[in-house]
Amino acid sequence: MTASTLERPTAPVARPSAREESDVRRGEARPAWLFIAPFGIFYVLFLIWPIIYMLISSFFNTSLVAKGFGSFAGFGNYAEMLTLPLFWESMWHTIFFTIITTIPLVVLAFVFAILANRVRRAQWFFRLAFFVPFILPSAAIAIVWTFIYSPSTGLWDSLRTALGNPAPNPVLGTPDLALIGVAVTTIWWTIGFNFVLYLAGLQDIPRELYEAAAVDGASQWQQIKSITIPLLGRTTTLVVLLQIIASLKIFDQVYLMTAGGPGTSSQVVLGLVTDTAFTNYRVGAGSAASVLLLIVILIVTGIRQLIERAQNRRAA
Amino acid sequence: MASQTVSDPARPEQTARKHRSGVSAAAPPPRRSEAQERKSGQVFTVVSWLVLIVFAVLWLIPSLWAIKTSLTSNATAALGALPILTDWKLTLGSYGTLLAGGDIWNWYLASAITSVITVALTVIFGSMAAYALSRLRFRGRRAVFLAMVLGIMVPPQVLIVPVFAELNAVGLLNTYWAVILPQVPSVIAVFVFKQFFDGLPKEFEESARIDGASFWTIYRRIVLPLSKPVIAAMSIVTFVGVWNNLILPLFVLSNPKLMTIPVGLATVQGSFGQRLSDIQASSILGALPLVILFVIFQRRIVEGVAGSGLKG
Repeated sequence: MTASTLERPTAPVARPSAREESDVRRGEARPAWLFIAPFGIFYVLFLIWPIIYMLISSFFNTSLVAKGFGSFAGFGNYAEMLTLPLFWESMWHTIFFTIITTIPLVVLAFVFAILANRVRRAQWFFRLAFFVPFILPSAAIAIVWTFIYSPSTGLWDSLRTALGNPAPNPVLGTPDLALIGVAVTTIWWTIGFNFVLYLAGLQDIPRELYEAAAVDGASQWQQIKSITIPLLGRTTTLVVLLQIIASLKIFDQVYLMTAGGPGTSSQVVLGLVTDTAFTNYRVGAGSAASVLLLIVILIVTGIRQLIERAQNRRAA
Repeated sequence: MASQTVSDPARPEQTARKHRSGVSAAAPPPRRSEAQERKSGQVFTVVSWLVLIVFAVLWLIPSLWAIKTSLTSNATAALGALPILTDWKLTLGSYGTLLAGGDIWNWYLASAITSVITVALTVIFGSMAAYALSRLRFRGRRAVFLAMVLGIMVPPQVLIVPVFAELNAVGLLNTYWAVILPQVPSVIAVFVFKQFFDGLPKEFEESARIDGASFWTIYRRIVLPLSKPVIAAMSIVTFVGVWNNLILPLFVLSNPKLMTIPVGLATVQGSFGQRLSDIQASSILGALPLVILFVIFQRRIVEGVAGSGLKG
């Protein structure tokens, strides 16, 4: 109560006494649950129950072609996944993809936002260029980029041929390049999200700070280094961790552009999950792989909480 | 600070420089002449422009390339990049073929129906739950809140297998409901609504309460009308998310008549064979509604996406 009174020191109505308040408050439980119920039912049916189902079925030989959970498997599904070379390969691809997308997606978005904030004009144009791809369907993006990458006749290979490489390796058809090609597409597609988060963060920095720094003779670069970067610390934490989680969930682009290939050279964990569950009908094993991916994501989320708590403590 | 108000806000360093002679820093930094400084500021701005424009053009190339290809004939597009670039006999043939073909209309219909219904349910149910969490005191409130915080940590994509199994068990596969229902419980929507409601003044509601209005009346007649900006932002952000969702409709819809735009586009590459121009045109038609949405609601989309932290 104190906080809200402080915020509005000129509250027009006198606060009801504690007794009156409790009278008004009485009977809030029933309407509260009625207000929550519609959302709550969906929440339980499509979030809580799937989590429980996933956990249970990961210990059973659950199959799509048989009813019920099937026979008990103990840790069999987990043991199978943890000893399956393809699982570790997919996990590595997922983590590799996360690394090679997160770094440019954070650094480039930061640079673009600083520059766009600096020039302050034609903002609509930079939003159009950098942000619009982010709100387009992954399937449309995949079509455009698969065409750019198409072997020998595509835009990319034609460019490399023109630059003197007579027979460039097809990007999506070469095991070492496929995931990098998908990563470039992803950087192009999703940078707009980080871009607008950084732009929003930049707007919160008081301009007086820059003016004071200029008075003291700080150069542009010194201003960026000692004002902008430190004051965008929280934004950067947010951007980096949202980006890591988004990249760990990579599925669409790989499914659409390479289907995990050539061979299994670009397979990622969610691709392995859906293959196991929907192609091989093995829901139990697919659930176990999902749980393992979820654990990785929860670890990242936990790290985010720790970092944010530390930042809050420092700010306080 | 008075001079600040009359200065050009884009050039704060000029204003600051005027004060400079009057300020004595404790540890004097390396002094540079004013002319030097103004020059370095201008150089920095010019470099910023150049770098940004180079990257912006680079970022536009893939889209422009797809548009150019879609306006070229299939025969020319099959010849390679150079013929596409040099052929300026633009044709709308690919768009004609697709729009006359019919599939795309089914996809539009499926995407429109599923997106609109999901948005309506998410906004109504999400704002109701948020109202209870923001305004009402009841036993179990903390537990509900905690459950939602936990829910936000589990990305829906990870739940695709159990959600599929559930929809399969109740016989909802290959219906629009299979795409709609699992996307309704958006915890982020509840949090965004709650945050907005927390910031609304409570005086109207308190006096309405004293006049005997029910919470439902207060929610309908006072809170919702004040919440138009956040309703608009959440509607657009949810719409974009549902329209673009691939993984859910991909696995729960197999009937081509029910496919949403992303699933339809996912089938195009295989089924269109060498009709490269048609393929690019279908991609552009699939993206077009969102581009139009962006043009209309530019600010709301950017703010909504940045404010809710929603990421694929």
